[in-house]
Amino acid sequence: MNAVEVRNLRKVYGTKVAVNDISFDVRVGEVFGMVGPNGAGKTTTIECIEGLRRPTSGTVRVLGMDPVHERNALQQRVGIQLQQSALQKRLKVKEALQLFSDLYSNPAPWQPIAERLGLSASLNTHFGDLSGGQRQRLNIALALIPNPEIVFFDELTTGLDPQSRRAMWELVQDLRREGKTVFLTTHLMDEAEKLCDRVAIIDHGDIVALDTPQNLISTVDVETRVLVTVPEEAVAEALARVRAVPHAIRAESKGSEIVVHGSGDALPVEVVNALWEAGIQFASLKVERPTLEDVFLKLTGRTIRS
Amino acid sequence: MKGLRRLATVEMKMFIRETESFFFTLVFPLILLFLFGSIYGNKPSNFFGGHGAVDVSVPGYISLIIANAGFLTMGAIIAGYREQGVLRRYRATPLNPVSLLAAQLLTVLIMTVSSTLLLTAAAKVFYDLKFYGNVLHFAGAFAISLVSLCAGGFVVASIARSSRAATLMLMTVFYPMIFLSGATIPREVLPSSVQKFSKFLPLTHSVTILRGTWFGHSLGEFGVEILILVILAVICIAVSRLVFRWE
Repeated sequence: MNAVEVRNLRKVYGTKVAVNDISFDVRVGEVFGMVGPNGAGKTTTIECIEGLRRPTSGTVRVLGMDPVHERNALQQRVGIQLQQSALQKRLKVKEALQLFSDLYSNPAPWQPIAERLGLSASLNTHFGDLSGGQRQRLNIALALIPNPEIVFFDELTTGLDPQSRRAMWELVQDLRREGKTVFLTTHLMDEAEKLCDRVAIIDHGDIVALDTPQNLISTVDVETRVLVTVPEEAVAEALARVRAVPHAIRAESKGSEIVVHGSGDALPVEVVNALWEAGIQFASLKVERPTLEDVFLKLTGRTIRS
Repeated sequence: MKGLRRLATVEMKMFIRETESFFFTLVFPLILLFLFGSIYGNKPSNFFGGHGAVDVSVPGYISLIIANAGFLTMGAIIAGYREQGVLRRYRATPLNPVSLLAAQLLTVLIMTVSSTLLLTAAAKVFYDLKFYGNVLHFAGAFAISLVSLCAGGFVVASIARSSRAATLMLMTVFYPMIFLSGATIPREVLPSSVQKFSKFLPLTHSVTILRGTWFGHSLGEFGVEILILVILAVICIAVSRLVFRWE
């Protein structure tokens, strides 16, 4: 069974098409990511699935239910972190957690969740006095309170420092291990690549690709690059050697640094072996593999941040 | 249901923790009582038709409490909650969205009743306040006033595009209303043209029915005032239903 089924979803605001006829499924137990630049339609899509927005046309089913018409039953079984939302300014963190526990019929105990999200020290702080990162962590905590079958994270790590970001990544991986379905949106390609079983790349309201990160990376023909630094006098020979390895396409040198362009996982080993056999010492070695960022660039002709 | 009760409890806390709503709903009426009480006392006076100044003022202050909590504060809270995304957050829970508004109404009801009891108790202790009416009739007048003014606050919160615009609109109506309706200053001291204008303010009719039932008139004697307040409430609720947005 699918956790989420979206068919021909279309959402139009006035004359602006936010989401243009997209269809996809999210399988039970997977971490599904929707990536794309700001304004691509990620939030509109996730909020149609959460039942906060009515699609202009098309159908959405979550756990087999219509998120708008069966919202009361559905909301008991999903956890939601919204990109833009707030709580009452003078509501304490503890009160928010307790209140949300009372809104769900089968809540998870809030204390361990608060601890997990690093909120234990700020339980008596008013929402209005929390830092951006603390608010985000509270929002994530509130999404876990319902003990949900599906968790929706809209821009999971926005506003978090690198350390909290890693902690959230671990959290998502734990949720996956617990068998929960996770639907997340992000504009961070490395986040999607690291966390998601499958990724939908969305741009201008269309899904331009949907697959596992590995497949996406291998289907678009993006190069792996190997960078080595060799002694000045060995540059010419090193270039000749690395150009001859099976997966190298071309190589060039910049001073004493040699850049080998090629494909496949074997390229770094081939380069190292070739240099080793020729007795060429190298001072540094760096491998640049294609990422989802490159996939996005290939598919849309733009970098995600531009 | 448990959720609604918890939310209402939380909203009550928010109301008390917010300096403005706490001060103007619970403290300000007491300040007025002691300020004017210390000047005019509560001796029977011809100006007030043989009644004491405090006896006449207290029902007016009660309408002020209702206007403050139901119209000004609730309107501003709802507009603020929408702008900040609080309404959005609770819509993404199993809570029936209308519960949010119900929790607000419940909060306003409890806060206004508490403030009324506090004010009358203080007036009784310090100025020997006298109530000449039937409690049920007065409670009826109280309820009609509350519904009408809450509906007014709600319609402003629905129409206004931003929280700032809502507060501005609410204050533009609120301040003239509390001074021209008889809630704070007796209407009798105002020029007759101003008194005519004041008939357009819902609070004027609220003051009339609260003061009337306070002095022993039955609610049935105020058909026109009640009709105006009810029609106003119906119009406000209908308009709100049309234009209200959760975000």
